[in-house]
Amino acid sequence: MTTPQTARPGAPKLRHPDGCHGGSPCGLCRIEIDHLSVTLGGQKLLHDVSLHVHCGELTALIGANGAGKTTLLRALLGQIEYTGAVRHLTQDGRPAAAVRTGYVPQQLEFDRSSPVTVTDFLAGAIGRRPVFLGVGRAMRARVGEALSRTHCEALADRPLGALSGGELQRVLLALALTPQPDLLILDEPVSGVDPNGLEAFYRTVDELRRTNHMAILLVSHDLGVVERYADRVVLMQGGVVKQGSPEVVFDSPEFAAVFSGRGGRA
Amino acid sequence: MNAVYAAMDALLPFEFLRYAFMKNALLAMLMIAPLFGMLGTMAVDNRMAFFSDALGHSALTGIAVGVLLGLRSQMAAMLAFGVLWAALITFVKHHSRMSADTIISVFSSTSVALGLVVLSRGGAFARYSSVLVGDVLAITPGDLLALLATLAVSLALWALLFNPLMLTSVNAPLAQSRGVRASLTEYAFTLLVAVAVMVSIRWVGVMLINSLLILPAACARNVARNARAYMGLSVLIALACGVAGLALSFYLNTSAGAAVVLLLAACYFCTLPLRRR
Repeated sequence: MTTPQTARPGAPKLRHPDGCHGGSPCGLCRIEIDHLSVTLGGQKLLHDVSLHVHCGELTALIGANGAGKTTLLRALLGQIEYTGAVRHLTQDGRPAAAVRTGYVPQQLEFDRSSPVTVTDFLAGAIGRRPVFLGVGRAMRARVGEALSRTHCEALADRPLGALSGGELQRVLLALALTPQPDLLILDEPVSGVDPNGLEAFYRTVDELRRTNHMAILLVSHDLGVVERYADRVVLMQGGVVKQGSPEVVFDSPEFAAVFSGRGGRA
Repeated sequence: MNAVYAAMDALLPFEFLRYAFMKNALLAMLMIAPLFGMLGTMAVDNRMAFFSDALGHSALTGIAVGVLLGLRSQMAAMLAFGVLWAALITFVKHHSRMSADTIISVFSSTSVALGLVVLSRGGAFARYSSVLVGDVLAITPGDLLALLATLAVSLALWALLFNPLMLTSVNAPLAQSRGVRASLTEYAFTLLVAVAVMVSIRWVGVMLINSLLILPAACARNVARNARAYMGLSVLIALACGVAGLALSFYLNTSAGAAVVLLLAACYFCTLPLRRR
């Protein structure tokens, strides 16, 4: 069953009742996703999704595998076609200018024997100068600064493939934060990461949400993490079936129906 | 050209360079080796070894097409076919749910069989057998110019493509989220590899061309500790083994391509213990 819901404009936000204040270069306050649907190869992957993502809040997308969470992220990243509208709005409801999106993908599968280092990778992503010419001093400093935001400066000269799961995700988070995004998208960023790495990752995300004015959209299977860190939870199953505060969603019959096999609340 | 030969005589008074054909071969090697050393790094990082192998094999069909069309120069036919074939494999790979290695294998087999059917008609394949193992005697000053142009264009494109390829090799959606046009990058790279393969295949040979692309990068990976060293070493190793292999083939009177690849393989096994992990 799909029950699309649209948050009321100006609905009180959970942890930031004062609304959005400055900080964001483009003035982004919220992202309105309006009747978004995705059809791929004749198969309807997402049906009529309507939700608002607010700056200064962490919105978590939860649901079973194949519920369309990653599809929604890819639509927001502009990587697949969709119908419906995605609007980036300022506090007074006008379109926000050039919204920057930072993205941390799921645990990666790549050739881990490549000699490409963390610095090479970040320099190649941030700058235009081909990194086979070497990374200059100014860029090295920028990379170091980026890494320090997620407390992983020490990894700068390690090969990317030699990092542990948790280290890699922190490096990718550092990259997603450079330049500072208005919307940060985290796609199950810590699957397969050890508990210590997981805690460190979410503490950093939490810190970011508190100190920076950005909207954070998180896909996670870890309901404990969602309960602890999310301001707003969106339960998905082909579309949005329930959204609201963690308490509201976790205690809803829709939640029980989707996660009944898991023994209810995590 | 004579001025170049004279300069080579003065600077490189080696016995194997007394002949003009060996001078041409050396000049060609000085361009082919860095080209392949360079492209090989990202071919390996993007797990394209099998793809480039298929591309090398498709040169057989390229030559066959040239013969069928009665073209005097087979180069144009080979280039056109190689580029089309590479684009087609990439397209099908993107638009099919079949695994990439199966698709590549189907394309590779098709092009080899098609090439062989055309070229072996009336028992005439012996005329083309040099395509399999390469023939350095066949290099003309005109070919050298074509190589030089390819190298120049490739270097310019490489400066644009390297960072996007490096990002895409780790995660395509992540690369896209940073403004990289992942599929355009992939097409551009495969076409670049196709052109490099086609302009060099007659001298290196269908059977060995892929080794020239993959082995220098594989050796460099054993020792390099960052992207710059990776590229630099890959190019250097390709150059060193290329020139040494050419000289060796002269004195041993054997296939140049094979000698180069053997040296590269030796280089790979010697550097293997230096790997950190």
